[in-house]
Amino acid sequence: MRLRILDRGHGFATKVLFALIRAVSRQPVLDVIKLVKYRADFYGGPMGAITQDAMRGPSTWSIGDREMMAAFVAKSNHSDFCTKAHSAVATAAYRNGEKVSAVLSDPDTASIAEPLRATLLMLGKLTREHAVDADDVRAVLAAGASHKQIEDALAVCYSFNVIGRLADAFGFFVPGPKAFEDGAKYLLTRGYR
Amino acid sequence: MANISQAQKALETRVLEGEGKASIAMRRSAFNNKGLSEPTAALVDKVAKHAFRVTDADIASVRDSGLSEDQVFEIVVCAAIGEATRQYKTAFAALGAAVGKE
Repeated sequence: MRLRILDRGHGFATKVLFALIRAVSRQPVLDVIKLVKYRADFYGGPMGAITQDAMRGPSTWSIGDREMMAAFVAKSNHSDFCTKAHSAVATAAYRNGEKVSAVLSDPDTASIAEPLRATLLMLGKLTREHAVDADDVRAVLAAGASHKQIEDALAVCYSFNVIGRLADAFGFFVPGPKAFEDGAKYLLTRGYR
Repeated sequence: MANISQAQKALETRVLEGEGKASIAMRRSAFNNKGLSEPTAALVDKVAKHAFRVTDADIASVRDSGLSEDQVFEIVVCAAIGEATRQYKTAFAALGAAVGKE
């Protein structure tokens, strides 16, 4: 991590929590947890409320679909940490790692429903080009996604446009698959708060 | 899903107007990716446009210019939220246009 405060600047209670996490999980504390616990009133607290709502609030997108969107936005942003983290969650939610790999490799040919495919393609364009227009959105509506589903997908995109940027700018350490698998179990059972 | 706009506003208000180590003007400039001097301007622009290209040297040069680590933390957070907000608003406007709510 590029800022020492994010590694070692937490208060006593948080350091105890990190020691507990290390002892129980036998894994290092993920840098994303260190980030959201540092001065949590500034960023981690208010951002957690948004991400929880986007990823676990009521939506006609499944949790797997939303985690897939998160991984796809992360990949479009070239964010290695977030791509791996949310691929692991999507894999656990779908119980299908091949599907997740196929979508990340080529959403045009992956075996997924058309509304999800069109939504992912729009999110990819928004992330890469920083803009979409009405025609881009009409293509998603024509593929069968509802107005509300597009709003929900944009909420996911917002969250991971923030988080992926921070992961890369602060230089998150990218651990091995086991740490992400454990993180995925946590995020599926406990959410983002 | 509840509309996240209220929670987004709360986050934006907190990082831009609440207590912080960087000045409110600097946090707002980072959010808008405008009006900062070098080397902070270059870091903020990278965070907004291609964060995966940020290097150790980018962070170190901003720290060496006199900003504390807490100030760098706040500036980077504001830059990320600012770009995500612009993309979100652009896409929402496109959605409104697509369904005839311009």
